[in-house]
Amino acid sequence: MLDAFLALGAAGLIFGGILALAAQKFKVEEDPRVVEILSVLPGANCGACGFPGCSGLAAAINEGQAPCNACIPGGNVVAEKIASIMGVAGEAVEPMVAVVYCQGDHDRAENLAEYHGVMDCHALNQLGGLKGCPYGCLGLGSCVNACPFGAMYMSPQGLPVVIKEKCTGCGACVRACPRNVIGLAPADKKVHILCRSYDKGPQVRKYCKAGCIACQLCVRSCPQKAISMDRKTLAKIDYSLCDNCGICATKCPVKAIVDEKQSEAGRQVS
Amino acid sequence: MITIKKMFGGVAVPHKKGLSEKSPVEFAGIPGELVLFLSQHIGAPSVSTVKPKDAVKRGQVLAEPRGFVSAALHAPTSGVVKAIEPRFHPVQARMSEAIIVEPDGKHELFEQLSPAVSGLDSISAERIKALAREIGLVGLGGAAFPTAVKLAPPEDKPIDTYLLNGAECEPYITADHRLMLEEAGKVIFGFKASMKASGVKRGIICIEDNKPDAIESMKEAMSAYDGLELAVLSARYPRGGEKQLIQAVLGREVPPPPGLPFDVGVIVSNVGTAYALADAILTGLPLVERVVSVTGEGVANPSNFRALIGTPVSYLIEKAGGFTGTPGKVVMGGPMMGPAVKSLDVPVVKGTSGILVLTKEQAAQEPVLPCIRCGKCIDVCPMGLQPVWMSAYAERGLIEEAEGYRVMDCCECGACTFTCPAKRPLVQWIRMAKAEISSRRNAQRKS
Repeated sequence: MLDAFLALGAAGLIFGGILALAAQKFKVEEDPRVVEILSVLPGANCGACGFPGCSGLAAAINEGQAPCNACIPGGNVVAEKIASIMGVAGEAVEPMVAVVYCQGDHDRAENLAEYHGVMDCHALNQLGGLKGCPYGCLGLGSCVNACPFGAMYMSPQGLPVVIKEKCTGCGACVRACPRNVIGLAPADKKVHILCRSYDKGPQVRKYCKAGCIACQLCVRSCPQKAISMDRKTLAKIDYSLCDNCGICATKCPVKAIVDEKQSEAGRQVS
Repeated sequence: MITIKKMFGGVAVPHKKGLSEKSPVEFAGIPGELVLFLSQHIGAPSVSTVKPKDAVKRGQVLAEPRGFVSAALHAPTSGVVKAIEPRFHPVQARMSEAIIVEPDGKHELFEQLSPAVSGLDSISAERIKALAREIGLVGLGGAAFPTAVKLAPPEDKPIDTYLLNGAECEPYITADHRLMLEEAGKVIFGFKASMKASGVKRGIICIEDNKPDAIESMKEAMSAYDGLELAVLSARYPRGGEKQLIQAVLGREVPPPPGLPFDVGVIVSNVGTAYALADAILTGLPLVERVVSVTGEGVANPSNFRALIGTPVSYLIEKAGGFTGTPGKVVMGGPMMGPAVKSLDVPVVKGTSGILVLTKEQAAQEPVLPCIRCGKCIDVCPMGLQPVWMSAYAERGLIEEAEGYRVMDCCECGACTFTCPAKRPLVQWIRMAKAEISSRRNAQRKS
């Protein structure tokens, strides 16, 4: 009985000693700063920074391969914390939010067919989508599934909606959309041209009630000259010039331009 | 004549050829507008040589091929070029540049067509090859691979056998069947011309045994030539797949992509392609029309039409007596591989062998259930792949793993989806993964 205790005890001591030596010998050098940076990152592993997850970004920042403000969802708060860990002056991140550049819901752009199959926008895109519009939202919600922050949902009318308060601007939805309908816009910009269709006006009118018909009224009415025509058939807004005046939204005959100030005011009244 | 029963994988499908196989090929007529995509084929889109408002005549060149793997495009009838603008491409399922021709109804022939030739002896192999390129000939079986490329195999790959593909294994479609029945002489002539062009001595005509009348007429027509054999294959889907046909008839296995039939010394051409080549040699007319079966339980009079390339689907369905009741689904091509269309405004392209209209009841979908790991999809896969795993990984976005299961070798025949007892859209997942892998490879090549 005693032999067994002694033998096991001795074996335990010897192997313990070996393990202790091995731990010394093969110790992985870990920069404490990486651990520190990782602890302040949001931990969503969204991939918006372009590095493999938050730990990848932490290592990259530590090695100087990424700036301190590379974490877009973290915003200024995280950027400042990382800057203080790294001991450099922080640069401000311009907060961005995702915008769905399509208003073609079930009421405005009817589905021409029913769809049975893989419920993924990429699959549906290979069949050309259900609406007449070859550029608009496909409506199966791949962006909603891709959002790591729960900041999107599908409206009953079949369009994804961004919850601005929750959106961090990581861009996961932008990458998930096979039709490039979603884009990132500066969070303080309130006027958006919500159409991606490059078709000519008469064609657009056939399939969507809220599509840009390239009338150019917005281009002419913009006091800041922030709107121009892309490929002659789609109005595009240059956010760096836009001052949120919203005149274009009042001129647009098809209401393809939305002034969020108006809708927000409306929401407060109701 | 040899008879072949065995096949690796495959499924027994209801053929449904009876609907249209008895109706002779008729000219469909000239519609109000023709839409001719610059990209009708595999390879680079052709380059337009006309401008809006140009007057064109039947057979006149509209677009020149760009590069080696590309094909020319010709005006199917006389009229005016209305516009060159993007239209919705039914096969590529996206906007694609197209030449819109407004016919004038006169159907005038272009004066400078290449001269007609009376017989095979009076045309050289080189001239046939050049002609295949000039007339914009592509494989009319569906894939639309430029025929001129096929007729010029690489020097280091000796070709010993030429297969004429008359299997037509897709259910419903009877375009090739009618051609073999009505124009057997021309089909064989075109086949001999392709053999001459590529310098191949041995030619085998392959037909499924569910077309006994076509076998008889082809037998009669081929007796005028020597060096031709006939292979009758049991009807099983996808018998007419190029690789499946080579394996069944010659026992050779085409290596996985980028392997081509060239690698095992074989060229395969479709019956419709041979016919179009014969037509071009004998009359000088380029590829401006093709036989299209408009069939299915959803049309009043299932028919086979000689339709101008670019004819709208709506026009052809009207010619076939219109819909019976409310249609459930309209498919470009056959039910196994053809893509469904959401609008009837899309035109016939060079690769369109049929337009299939299914009724509401036929198109109704059963709910998709979880995979029960029965392995039936593996049994029926003619490529020896494992659709169960490829689709499962694709479904979860694990693209590298799907690639590891060789998802790129899938020919998208649809046998797995057809046989799946849980009604899972296996091919759709596989196609998603394939598209993702292709786009990643393209991005890599660019960077």
